[in-house]
Amino acid sequence: MKNLLLPMPQADRKLIWAAAAALAVLAILPSFGSALVVDKLTYLFILIMFATMWNLLAGYAGLVSVGQQAFVGLGGYAMVRMVEAGLPPFPAIFIAALSTGVVAWILSWFVLRMKAGEFAIATWVIAEAIRAMVSFDPIIQGETGTSITALNAYAPEMRRLTIYLLALATATLMLWASWKLLQGHTGAQAQAIRDDEEAAASVGISTFQVKQRIYILASIGCAVAGTLWLASAITFQPRTSFGVQWSVFMLFMVLVGGIGTFIGPILGALLFFALQEIFGDFGAWYLAGVGIVAILFALYLPNGIVGLWLDKGRDEPLSMRKRIQTGR
Amino acid sequence: MLEALIQGILLGGYYAVLAAGLSLMFGVVRFINLAHGDMAVLGAMIALWLVQDVGLGVGLAIALTLPAMAALGWLMQRMIFERALRGGFLIPILTTIGLGAALQNGMFGLFGSETKSLGAHIGGLSWASWELPGSIFLGQLPVYMFLTAIVVLGTLHVVLTRTPFGRAVRATATDADAAALCGIDARRVHRGAAAIAVALAGLAGIFLALRAQVTPFAGPMLLIFAFEAVVIGGIGSLRGTLIGGIALGVAQALGGLISPQFSILAGHVVFLAVLAWRMSQSAAAERGGWRSAWAALTLKRQITRGKS
Amino acid sequence: MTEAKVALALSGAEGRHGQLQAIKPLMLTIAENEVVALIGANGAGKTTLMRMIAGLHPFAAGALHLFGRDVTAMSAHERVKAGIALSPEGRRLFGDMTVRENLMIAAENGRRGDWTIATACDAFPQITPLLDRPAGGLSGGQRQAVAIARALVVNPSVLLLDEVSLGLSPAAVDGVYQSLAALRGKMTMVVVEQDLTRAMNFAGRLICMAEGVLELDGNPAVLTREQITNAYFGIHKTTEASHA
Repeated sequence: MKNLLLPMPQADRKLIWAAAAALAVLAILPSFGSALVVDKLTYLFILIMFATMWNLLAGYAGLVSVGQQAFVGLGGYAMVRMVEAGLPPFPAIFIAALSTGVVAWILSWFVLRMKAGEFAIATWVIAEAIRAMVSFDPIIQGETGTSITALNAYAPEMRRLTIYLLALATATLMLWASWKLLQGHTGAQAQAIRDDEEAAASVGISTFQVKQRIYILASIGCAVAGTLWLASAITFQPRTSFGVQWSVFMLFMVLVGGIGTFIGPILGALLFFALQEIFGDFGAWYLAGVGIVAILFALYLPNGIVGLWLDKGRDEPLSMRKRIQTGR
Repeated sequence: MLEALIQGILLGGYYAVLAAGLSLMFGVVRFINLAHGDMAVLGAMIALWLVQDVGLGVGLAIALTLPAMAALGWLMQRMIFERALRGGFLIPILTTIGLGAALQNGMFGLFGSETKSLGAHIGGLSWASWELPGSIFLGQLPVYMFLTAIVVLGTLHVVLTRTPFGRAVRATATDADAAALCGIDARRVHRGAAAIAVALAGLAGIFLALRAQVTPFAGPMLLIFAFEAVVIGGIGSLRGTLIGGIALGVAQALGGLISPQFSILAGHVVFLAVLAWRMSQSAAAERGGWRSAWAALTLKRQITRGKS
Repeated sequence: MTEAKVALALSGAEGRHGQLQAIKPLMLTIAENEVVALIGANGAGKTTLMRMIAGLHPFAAGALHLFGRDVTAMSAHERVKAGIALSPEGRRLFGDMTVRENLMIAAENGRRGDWTIATACDAFPQITPLLDRPAGGLSGGQRQAVAIARALVVNPSVLLLDEVSLGLSPAAVDGVYQSLAALRGKMTMVVVEQDLTRAMNFAGRLICMAEGVLELDGNPAVLTREQITNAYFGIHKTTEASHA
């Protein structure tokens, strides 16, 4: 049977080439960029990871989680424990993150059966409960937290460079993996569920399995973003790692960028990063401003920046929707 | 232990008031306000500002704050929530999270991070207590707050069951279309419900400021407590909210006997347990009760085994 | 001859369900105190049309005039205050509240007029013993009576009744129509009815809808069975509408 699907549009191809070029530049950037730039870009890559993962959850699976910080904190905690047990820190970043997948799997049986509002708050409560439990571990010393001293064994330069490259590689891998996921079977199923869950179920899609798959992947993704962040921050504090601000940031980036699109979270992350660079010094007022901007976007621009672009009649860049050949 | 139990019950009154507002918004307006806890903090902050900076007495400050909070609730429903509701289930959640972040950080910017307490302004009442037989001490303030909570919730119950507005609220919550066919303006009802809900949140915040302290970032924790109380007691009835609040208070008080951190964790555990139980109940009910659910499960296994 | 006032006038009215055109551009005029029966197969658009007139379903195009007043932009509760009342499909009573409370809600939020809870109970005596029972626990016939009573208590000038006999026993339907008979000539009524015989006996004007279009519009005393059946099933050869 002839392939009915149209090939990727020219504009998208160009975009991907441009992205590849940007990637090459970023890879060699540390050789001529300052330490500050390297650090900030590492943070940007981590933001992109968070945004992409939250978009998978909310934009494609329809799961609005206000509790992703559970995995940020849990990943960090696992990393602390693993390093304590003797594992070298850099592999620990990834192994710790993967291990949180087990928790995600267990939680999924519980939380994925809830309706949207309950799901949002229940995930938050669970994050708080996990934080409380983790705080009991004497190694964490309550609110004081603990540092991953094993990281100090490496020279700062080398540490910074390694984390930068790991973050860049992980972010790229995450984007590529979510691309593949969304282009494939799971993506089609997830979009079907998002658009009409009952209809999707009636054509035989196991809504629970699709959601579970995405939930676990997104949680591991948030965990690895969290462990990478911890590797650069070095100190693990429950309040920070389990703080709800991670979910608020994720929400902001995805909402402003354009929820349910591929490129939206990247744009949102870039914008959020820029805002933080420019206004971050205003402290609390800056964050209040972030909240207000989120409200305005939610009410008046719910489709974000990508939505603005689409409103002008343009096509969605790197769209996950497939176009079918019509006519002869 | 008995003292902890009593303290838990008294604490429950405060949780019930906090939860009632959330429950009202959800039951009537069908809106989950994730900034509910932050509204409670806002109420406390306004009262504190009136007392500390404007110099009013605590009673007068409370009397002014509550109507102000009601007006604020009405306004927010009109300007923000109504619009958010049109956007599907995602937008209200996103909107109120943004609202919460804005409130928390705005309050921090205005009032700073020092903890504040109204307890400092009510003189001896904040530590006065009665001694009961068995050397149990009953704080006077907690008892007054509990009684106030009962009166407030009781009044709300009467309003809902015996006044035209209350009937309109219940009708709109049951079937908004049918209510419209009876001439009820759903938007007016929603705005009224929001006003009451936010005023209740403000009252709860004031309670908190009276018995403990309030910081600008305390909101999220209060939201979690409110939600836990609502779920434990069951959504949809004021009596359930009161029971839920008391259950949460008792769980926390008893947990606190072990250690301070454990008190909050105990609340989480009870909440998650009740939620899991309710979900398993409804899952079983969907399949026609426990026996049928089990039969369906085993039948499915037989079928899939038969296939391979 | 005095001109009867036009109670309801639909002009170019269109209604959609998503992409589906449920009501094609439709023109309909109903005079004051006319009793109209609206019949048609399932999916013909009767309930959609009723909901559109009551304000529960938006007009995709066109206008609705109530005694000369353009009410197209009004929401449902505003139309109640203007004088339209609908007893909806499925009754939609407030199940957790008593019958009395259901009626009180209508009385408190509707218009002032001759219809009160007391007079509604006079018109539907079967309600009187049920006043303090929860509305959810009533039988189909009782619910229908309460639903219609509730619509009356808002003191409408136009009464819309959707699916009067659906799900009711014949005896219950008899009871309802007996009470409704007393309203004939005193109130403009549009009744959606599945039972053709009842519709023909009760109404002075019969309108048949099929696929969102008015196929037939005439005096039931004059229309033949064949005309009605053709219209009902959308078999096109509509005869001229013949008014007595």
